[in-house]
Amino acid sequence: MNLDFSPEDLAFRDEVRAFIAAHYPDSLRGKQDEGEELSKEDFLAWHRVLAAKGWVNPAWPTSEGGPGWTSTQRYIWGEECAAADTIGVMPFGINMVGPVIYTFGTPEQKQRFLPETLNGDIWWCQGYSEPGAGSDLASLKTKAERFTDPADGKDYYLVNGQKTWTTMAQYADWIFCLVRTDPNAKIQEGISFLLINMKTPGITVRPIITLGGEHEVNEVWLENVKVPVENRIYDENKGWTCAKFLLAHERSGIAGVARSKRGIERIRQMATTELGDDGQTLLQDPAFKRKVAELEIDLTALEYTELRTLAAESAGKGPGPESSVLKIKGTEVQQRVTELALEAAGHYGAPYFRGFPTDGDNMRPIGPDYAHRTAPSYFNVRKTSIYGGSNEIQRNIIAKMVLGL
Amino acid sequence: MDFNFTEEQSMLRDTLASFLQDKYSFDTRRASVKSASGWRADYWKAFAEELGILGAPFSEDLGGLGGSAIENMIVMEECGKALVIEPYLGTVVIGGGFLKYSGHASATDLIGGIIGGEIITAFAYAEPQGRYNLADLKTTAKKDGSGYVLNGHKAVVLGAPWATHLVVTARTGGSQREASGVSVFLVDKASAGIVTRDYPTVDGQRASEVYFENVSIPADALIGVEGAGLPLIEKVVDEAIAAICAEGVGAMRRMHENTLEYARQRKQFGAAIATFQVLQHRMVDMFINVEQSLSMTYMATLKLDESAHDRAKAVSAAKVQIGRSAKFVGQAAIQIHGGMGMTDELAVGHYFKRATMIEGQFGSVDHHLRRYEHLSIDAAA
Ligand SMILES: Cc1cc2nc3c(=O)[nH]c(=O)nc-3n(C[C@H](O)[C@H](O)[C@H](O)COP(=O)(O)OP(=O)(O)OC[C@H]3O[C@@H](n4cnc5c(N)ncnc54)[C@H](O)[C@@H]3O)c2cc1C
Ligand SMILES: Cc1cc2nc3c(=O)[nH]c(=O)nc-3n(C[C@H](O)[C@H](O)[C@H](O)COP(=O)(O)OP(=O)(O)OC[C@H]3O[C@@H](n4cnc5c(N)ncnc54)[C@H](O)[C@@H]3O)c2cc1C
Repeated sequence: MNLDFSPEDLAFRDEVRAFIAAHYPDSLRGKQDEGEELSKEDFLAWHRVLAAKGWVNPAWPTSEGGPGWTSTQRYIWGEECAAADTIGVMPFGINMVGPVIYTFGTPEQKQRFLPETLNGDIWWCQGYSEPGAGSDLASLKTKAERFTDPADGKDYYLVNGQKTWTTMAQYADWIFCLVRTDPNAKIQEGISFLLINMKTPGITVRPIITLGGEHEVNEVWLENVKVPVENRIYDENKGWTCAKFLLAHERSGIAGVARSKRGIERIRQMATTELGDDGQTLLQDPAFKRKVAELEIDLTALEYTELRTLAAESAGKGPGPESSVLKIKGTEVQQRVTELALEAAGHYGAPYFRGFPTDGDNMRPIGPDYAHRTAPSYFNVRKTSIYGGSNEIQRNIIAKMVLGL
Repeated sequence: MDFNFTEEQSMLRDTLASFLQDKYSFDTRRASVKSASGWRADYWKAFAEELGILGAPFSEDLGGLGGSAIENMIVMEECGKALVIEPYLGTVVIGGGFLKYSGHASATDLIGGIIGGEIITAFAYAEPQGRYNLADLKTTAKKDGSGYVLNGHKAVVLGAPWATHLVVTARTGGSQREASGVSVFLVDKASAGIVTRDYPTVDGQRASEVYFENVSIPADALIGVEGAGLPLIEKVVDEAIAAICAEGVGAMRRMHENTLEYARQRKQFGAAIATFQVLQHRMVDMFINVEQSLSMTYMATLKLDESAHDRAKAVSAAKVQIGRSAKFVGQAAIQIHGGMGMTDELAVGHYFKRATMIEGQFGSVDHHLRRYEHLSIDAAA
């Protein structure tokens, strides 16, 4: 047992640090730090730089075009990205559907989708949840009925139903969907995994606005959407196998340790600028300082739990139900970071500027720059204990799968 | 001991509740929040004329209904339930509060203006550097002939865009955080040299940054005693805190009700989610938090007329309770609503946002814990 990085790891760290410094797009600098909303172009700008370098998919095996990094190297990569405040890579293609396709797809499907997923030409969104199927995902109702089109003699699915909470569907080229192909089977056994082009007639995307005023999620309506059978991944009615595989991948990395570290760093900076009631800096306020310390200790416990999980993973054990621990603690820490940031902002956490015209003739700044996004971020980050399997569901999983209750 | 409302008090509550029920739906409020002015001036007029609630906490010789802080509590709890944006707090509780204790020669006239709905006040006390310390003031009021000249910058003045007058705290002497040398002024917002920048707040209200640039004000703008204003400020702010505690209780109660209702009808895994014990216990804890918050709000409201020490201790204790409960109840409400809780469509998120702002308004949990420690523990040592 030891906690040291090897000389190779240290050399790797220097290499990625230098790469980020040299190649992170100027247009994105500071955006993450200020919590600005990011456009599709913003995401793609960084995605493409990484894809060109072969680093966009750190967790993929080399056989599928991954960089072949060890878990330690992936950890270092995450740390360096967070330290440099880079924006993230959208998870839907790289962390979710990509691994499903290379694990369960045919050679043709891999050829059709993986290169464009890697280079950013396909923007994916995840069509799992439905109005009636949230935590109880397997109860989903969107149905896909198979038929042969007399016009071309080919087999298709006719898809009808509604997906919801679909993150960034407004930008998406493709959606991966769980659909019901056998209404009479046991609920988990009648589901298939379909890839659907968002430009297919019959798809309507409607925005859902969230608490901080953001447009991140959408309703996706599917009305008589015609999907070629070759867009189904894996066997008909075996989609649940893909779904569960994907959920496990979705959960790994959800701890967000490096980002939370950066978040705490930002709070410390805020708290050296902000003054407390007595005119000393907020970081000198014993009560505030204590909370920052507690949060750092929480984060350290999470970090070393994640490192143990990574070590087990590189010893060949896939992400198991223990990753639910990372999801629960990771999201709790992320939420706590936003709570403390809002607290640090004081009165200037209240002004709200989204969509509000900045009046040209009166451009005095209102409050410090770091304050504006603290309240919307706090509201927005409540989502993390709800999505990706709510924290209640994660606890149910641990109770059942780990504790055997 | 008696925790019952009088007949008049029950009537006040019922009248306001039924007005809000009829006229203040969530959708109506949303439309107000998004409108250019951000509020309903016609509702303010109705509060004054139709309901007569703007006189609720004033004695009869001031032209009021003969009520007290309990009336403020009743009104504010209803405001919390409907997420009322109109400035009862800034005008009746704070503006009216300063005037009724000021001994000002025109207090009766000015309070008459408040009761009639013509005078609307906003409280310009916070400054960019001062956090929650009421004495941390850089704004100055320099004697100039018989009057004063104001200079300074007030931060996040809630309700200022709608106000006719500002209640301004400023230094007439002393150093930046000194207890003495603080004075209070009632300033006509149209005075030359006042520059404002208006903006919305995250909880659907409006506020302004207010800049005073050599603003000349007359001698009778002074409220209370020159240089000895801090005790009066603390008294009125304590009353305001008691009032927002009541507002917080109203908002929490609605979040709890909405959550129970949602959990009863939302089905997952073939059962209403309300049947899952882990959610039941969370809803029980929400209930306990609402009840404890109500108890503390009563306690603080009923102690507002005690000595400054006892009043402050009671109010800070209540604010700690409400701050913590608002966070717990708000977060639990969102969590139990699942994705629906994250949407702008549902009222619950808007209650959560207001409750979050109440946590910090007039002092965070840390601020009031420290004040309480000082009054309760240090003072006894
Ligand atoms: C911002 C955001 C982005 C999202 N992005 C996507 C996306 O891109 N694609 C996608 O498919 N989905 C997405 N989701 C949906 C997300 O996965 C669901 O919201 C989540 O699964 C919860 O489902 P629900 O919202 O229907 O809540 P419900 O399942 O109705 O849950 C409501 C409450 O009940 C609790 N609960 C439910 N069952 C149990 C139980 N058995 N025991 C104890 N408690 C229980 C939950 O924990 C929660 O607190 C997103 C959601 C959000 C908020
Ligand atoms: C100091 C002491 C004094 C006592 N005095 C008296 C007395 O004077 N007279 C008397 O009659 N009894 C008395 N009791 C007994 C007491 O009432 C029982 O201990 C109590 O009812 C719990 O029963 P149990 O110990 O069998 O624990 P269990 O009932 O076996 O409970 C074990 C755990 O399971 C939990 N649990 C049980 N059911 C549920 C459920 N449905 N949902 C969620 N959690 C559940 C409990 O909360 C507890 O944490 C006393 C006990 C103690 C410790």
